[in-house]
Amino acid sequence: MIEIRIHGRGGQGNVVAAYVLAGAAFEEGMRCQAFPNFGAERRGAPVVAFVRIAEKPILRRCQVEAPGFLIIQDESLLHIPSVLEGLKDKGGVLVNSLKSSEELTKEYGRPMIALAGSQMAQEIVGRPLANVALLSAFLTLSAILPLEALKKALSKRFKGEVLEKNLKLIDEVGAHVSAGQWKKEAKHVACA
Amino acid sequence: MLHALEGSQAIAQAVALCRPGVVAAYPITPQTHIVENISKLVADGKLKCEFVSVESEFSAASVVLGASAAGSRSYTASSSQGILLMAEVLFDIAGMRLPVVMTCANRAISAPINIWNDHQDSMTVRDSGWIQLHCADNQEAIDTSIQAFRIAERTELPVMVCMDGFVLTHTLEVVDMPSAEQVDSYLPPFTFKNKLDPKHPLSLGTLVGPEYYTEARYSLHRALEKALPEIEAADADWAKICGRAAGGLLTVEGPENATTAVLAMGSVVSTLTESNEMLPGNKRVKIIKLRSFRPFPIEALQMACQGLKELIVLERAFSPGLGGILGTEVRAALAGMQKPPQVRNFTVGLGGRDIPMSTLSKLINAAKAQAPGGFAILDVEPERLPPEDR
Repeated sequence: MIEIRIHGRGGQGNVVAAYVLAGAAFEEGMRCQAFPNFGAERRGAPVVAFVRIAEKPILRRCQVEAPGFLIIQDESLLHIPSVLEGLKDKGGVLVNSLKSSEELTKEYGRPMIALAGSQMAQEIVGRPLANVALLSAFLTLSAILPLEALKKALSKRFKGEVLEKNLKLIDEVGAHVSAGQWKKEAKHVACA
Repeated sequence: MLHALEGSQAIAQAVALCRPGVVAAYPITPQTHIVENISKLVADGKLKCEFVSVESEFSAASVVLGASAAGSRSYTASSSQGILLMAEVLFDIAGMRLPVVMTCANRAISAPINIWNDHQDSMTVRDSGWIQLHCADNQEAIDTSIQAFRIAERTELPVMVCMDGFVLTHTLEVVDMPSAEQVDSYLPPFTFKNKLDPKHPLSLGTLVGPEYYTEARYSLHRALEKALPEIEAADADWAKICGRAAGGLLTVEGPENATTAVLAMGSVVSTLTESNEMLPGNKRVKIIKLRSFRPFPIEALQMACQGLKELIVLERAFSPGLGGILGTEVRAALAGMQKPPQVRNFTVGLGGRDIPMSTLSKLINAAKAQAPGGFAILDVEPERLPPEDR
């Protein structure tokens, strides 16, 4: 089982990101679980969502305390100490930021991968929402699911132009990160 | 067919498969998505049903009371303060023996205001005369929602399907949504022999003096008791159609020779079950999942507790000034056993406090230190209390 925690701000499509990622796992015949941990439900407030992906039915329903991966929709959230809390030793951190991965790694003192998700989404979809871009980057890096699964999950939720543009975004992002870079990490952080 | 669905959406679809005639509801977190999805199904023409938007939960309950009395299959859903505002009408619905079904998306109650999950809302109306069934996951919530209509209509008692707010309602997971054919073969169209009909006038809920009130209330008690086999049969018959049961009155899992058991209701059972599987074999306990809280399955519980030395009751509510509610009831229920287990009682996870995987071990250790008849809130943080309460 792989456990993922997604940090964002109200209005950034955090819950949708969690549901779509879990939906992608379902499309691949896996078991999945995604749920939000709502704080104050207002735009801009920090929000967290959890995703679990496994081969077998998932029983535990507690919050993800020791995620294998963190997906951070807004770099400013890294200033909240609890955001990095519990991350597994060799776990991966993906951050929506205009900085480079090297800059982030240096600044926060641990390996991080940066993706200019908002910028790419603005260019391709016309809205600066990084969620789909981050999911595409995460799946490309970790190779835990094919991008096709993400596309299928997305097409169950969206249609028309919005869907078309997001599918394009998925392909575009895939070319911006190094495929399979987190393959080893994905194996390492998987728990029974 | 398997789908990855949010709990609320799954319940909306399951309720729609039961072909309700009237749905009335007022939005309240975390229940809102359920009726939102039902209203969308109605608006999209996928469900032919009268959807009544009302101005309060009191009205929502009143509408389904009237609709049910007029012979229509009726459904509502609520949470927390909504359940409390409905309380007067909920007692009426049960007293009038109307087969209404509702989902309680379990949530804490005020004050202080809190929108997150525990069981204090449904507990507050435990004596209303409604059947209360608790669900451990979204599949059970789907299957129990469908069974609820059959149980309600056969027993002429209202059924409250309790599912944990957020933890189930807002969790997307893989569920098997039954087909319309499966549900239709299980649930016949609703025919209500006591319906209000101008051609055959009848009064419901009228004034009853001391001569008959006791008997009326006794009959309600007997009806709840007689619902026990109906709940079991409804689950067994559903299992014949879809190949899976939702837990009857209660289920017991874990090693047969274990002498300690943990009893709980709702989604916490899932986490406890996985934690239990991770314990070394000789440390594993039995997990008793209580599905039917009302009627309370005294006999089935006594059977499940045969051979136990210790029973730890874990609950998501309590009665201020007393202690555990479920724990107190379990102690009373087991008092008639030849060799009843020692009952330990803990409340955990109030107002959405997370119940982590470590809870089971913590619970087993805390139980060793609890005096007979004791009660404690397992996850209270002393440093967050005013000094005089530590």
